[in-house]
Amino acid sequence: MSDILNFSRRDFLKTGAVAGGGLVLGLYVPLGNRLMAAEKTGTAFAPNAFIRIGTDDLVTVIVNHSEMGQGVYTALPMLVAEELDADWSKVRVQSAPAAPAYNHTAFGIQMTGGSSSTWSEYDRLRKAGATGRAMLISAAATKWNVDPSACRAENGAVIHSASGRRLSFGELAESASHLEPPKDVKLKDPKDFKLIGKATRRLDTPEKSNGKGMFGLDVTVPGMLVALIARPPVFGGKVKSLDASKAKAIKGVRHVVQIDRGVAVVADGFWPAKLGREALDVTWDDGALAGLDSTAQREQYAQLASKPGAVAKKDGDAVAAMSGAAKKLDAVYEVPYLAHAMMEPLNCVADVRANSCEVWTGTQFQTMEQAVAAKTAGLKPEQVQIHTMLLGGGFGRRAVPDAHFVQEAVQVSKMVKAPVKVMWTREDDIRGGYYRPTAYHTVAGGLDASGNIVAWQQHIVCQSFMAGTPFEGFAIKDGVDATAVEGVSDMPYGIPNVLAEWTMAPGGVPTLWWRSVGHSHTAFVVESFLDELAHAAGKDPLDVRRALLAKHPRHLGVLELAAQKAGWGTPMAEGKGRGLAVHESFGSFVAHVAEVTVSNDGAVKVDRVVCAIDCGPTVNPDTIRAQMEGGIVFGLTAALYGKITFENGRVQQTNFHDYPVLRMNEMPVVEVHIVASTDKMGGVGEPGTPPIAPAVTNAIFAATGKRIRRLPIRAEDARKG
Amino acid sequence: MITLKVNRKEHAVDVNPETPLLWVIRENLGLTGTKFGCGMALCGACTVHLDGEAVRSCVTPVSRAAGKSVTTIEGLSSDLSHPLQKAWIANDVPQCGYCQSGQIMSAAVLLREKAHPTDVDIDEAMSGNICRCGTYQRIRSAIHLAAKMKAEGSAE
Repeated sequence: MSDILNFSRRDFLKTGAVAGGGLVLGLYVPLGNRLMAAEKTGTAFAPNAFIRIGTDDLVTVIVNHSEMGQGVYTALPMLVAEELDADWSKVRVQSAPAAPAYNHTAFGIQMTGGSSSTWSEYDRLRKAGATGRAMLISAAATKWNVDPSACRAENGAVIHSASGRRLSFGELAESASHLEPPKDVKLKDPKDFKLIGKATRRLDTPEKSNGKGMFGLDVTVPGMLVALIARPPVFGGKVKSLDASKAKAIKGVRHVVQIDRGVAVVADGFWPAKLGREALDVTWDDGALAGLDSTAQREQYAQLASKPGAVAKKDGDAVAAMSGAAKKLDAVYEVPYLAHAMMEPLNCVADVRANSCEVWTGTQFQTMEQAVAAKTAGLKPEQVQIHTMLLGGGFGRRAVPDAHFVQEAVQVSKMVKAPVKVMWTREDDIRGGYYRPTAYHTVAGGLDASGNIVAWQQHIVCQSFMAGTPFEGFAIKDGVDATAVEGVSDMPYGIPNVLAEWTMAPGGVPTLWWRSVGHSHTAFVVESFLDELAHAAGKDPLDVRRALLAKHPRHLGVLELAAQKAGWGTPMAEGKGRGLAVHESFGSFVAHVAEVTVSNDGAVKVDRVVCAIDCGPTVNPDTIRAQMEGGIVFGLTAALYGKITFENGRVQQTNFHDYPVLRMNEMPVVEVHIVASTDKMGGVGEPGTPPIAPAVTNAIFAATGKRIRRLPIRAEDARKG
Repeated sequence: MITLKVNRKEHAVDVNPETPLLWVIRENLGLTGTKFGCGMALCGACTVHLDGEAVRSCVTPVSRAAGKSVTTIEGLSSDLSHPLQKAWIANDVPQCGYCQSGQIMSAAVLLREKAHPTDVDIDEAMSGNICRCGTYQRIRSAIHLAAKMKAEGSAE
């Protein structure tokens, strides 16, 4: 394993340096089989790694970010089509193969995450489109024997302005393919945009409305077998003994093989594989986590929080200011482990041959999958082809540094010498680890005699999912994992004395980024405790934030917009309350105002959420709205229900009955307001999630006077009286 | 051999009769629009119509479908012409899209039973279908839109 990580780290750094060079033009990269076939028949013009134009006028945009619902199969082609002046109805999408040309412009590996797809491709893909346009214009000008400056591109064609002559992109594709790409291209003035910034229908909606869209789980290749894997019931456990005789006796079961991560039952289809797995007789050595228990773990975290941690933020002298404060508040906030629970459970098809390996899967992490698959198969990375399918949700779960779900499939395929689809059941998924870490926060605040916040101390205890991965060097600096403290370490409030610390909790339980990463817990704590301090000072929570955010206009902008649209300050009926929260993450600024009804038994119903976002310039405003709606639902599920717990080392939850998620009848009305902004562009996939939990719990406080300090919200904590 | 009619076409399959209909549809017939989400009738991703009624195919033994008529998302229309599909496109409902076949199949039964479903009707009919991307608000408005389209279509 460490070999893989070392390799990956070197690769990561190397490609990172190259990616800084920007657009790689005229680069012909190895393409997937289907695309090669398309090139032979249709594609005439490929000005760069991202654009293919056929003689049939179709423009295929090769998209290097994975579509997991966030809309990149529309937003990224919009960037290309805008500058290419393509006919939007002729634009098609193809997922990129794994190759360095498709590495992330900022992160240096091929990946999708951090709400970064649109801003990170904004320049590269517009330049790619503009380059294509310049070459098509040049080809037309040559044909007409006119100056290129006398021609313009419009809606999929080049037009000679003076004579009105017109050639479609398809008609120009062949001749344009013989031209050298220009060194410099001019990008449009944003005021001339026809597509960017306009609500645009998603290109993938039709295939997601008729069952034709191909997700990883839908892949079948000739001769393929289906495998389910029995994994240890305790993380870190190993097979002690195995009797596969009963499993092998089941009709349709072909192989039972022991692999690094458990025992694979390989069969003709899902059902015999499932019956076979149930018939396995495995004795496990539970290993070091055999006694893991959530109650005891909480005590351990509390102990750790009582000792000094690594300093994540230090302004002024919080200790002295706290001791001199007129009023002091202390609190403990807690959040549990969370599973991502994407609708499409993990899966991977692998076909390992003597000199090649093909992988079909929904992944956010192509470079890592390719490296790990190569290592497992005993091949070079360039011998591994990754086919990125549609992702039935990602939320970070399909960006795994150890690429475990690909590694398993490659290992099984290699062992049984056949293409294999490894499938995860929902139980495998919920109990499969790679959770959002559980976190324990102690927090204290000091007010002066006028009720101003003069001191803030916070100590976070949680695991690091960066430690031990190729990303450790990027994330962990001076003993602090940035992904564990983000949202606190960059707290915007103008509080003169702040001390924030972090202590790394012991590892063992596999943990991972989960939609909005560290912000998923830090925003809850910061925005809740600020609300506590406001009430302790007898002030309006909106007024307190206004005063403390005077130097942060983008925070203020969304705060004021959400408050105004929600009617902040207007009276509410008995049992109802309104709460607000504002948070910056992934370069965007989001404020939510939540309205809740709390019944006498403490049941919480979220009635309405008013959201305001400033993500800078917009590409597809309707996608921004959709991501706010989705991010709110994702955060509400966590606030109301999400909880993974351990007893005797075993995860206690299994499926949607004991790991519930928000359903239609619980859906609040969500209103999204987008701030018109020319500021720096941020992301939209994650920033809607962090502020929803505190907006709701602050609303519960407004309704009942009960402060929620642990998630998920329990009726006994929310009940009035 | 079990004989069943799927999307108006007869099929004979040689499988363990306990095999859930879902896996026969997906693996034996190659119709992958119907999805696997939980295996316990908790999420609705596998919803199909069995003699016109919405069932969770992940817990329906294929033997129960013997001699009956099954409709999957692929059989709802051949050309995205069903009012729900039109409304789904008009509202850009899907995000990841994985649950949407099941959502549409549940909504199709609702719309057949109630020409103008209320929000309460939608809550009752659709709360068995989980969407982890959180598209519920758009699903709701798309169902209302489809009901309107259907009414206007039949009035023509």
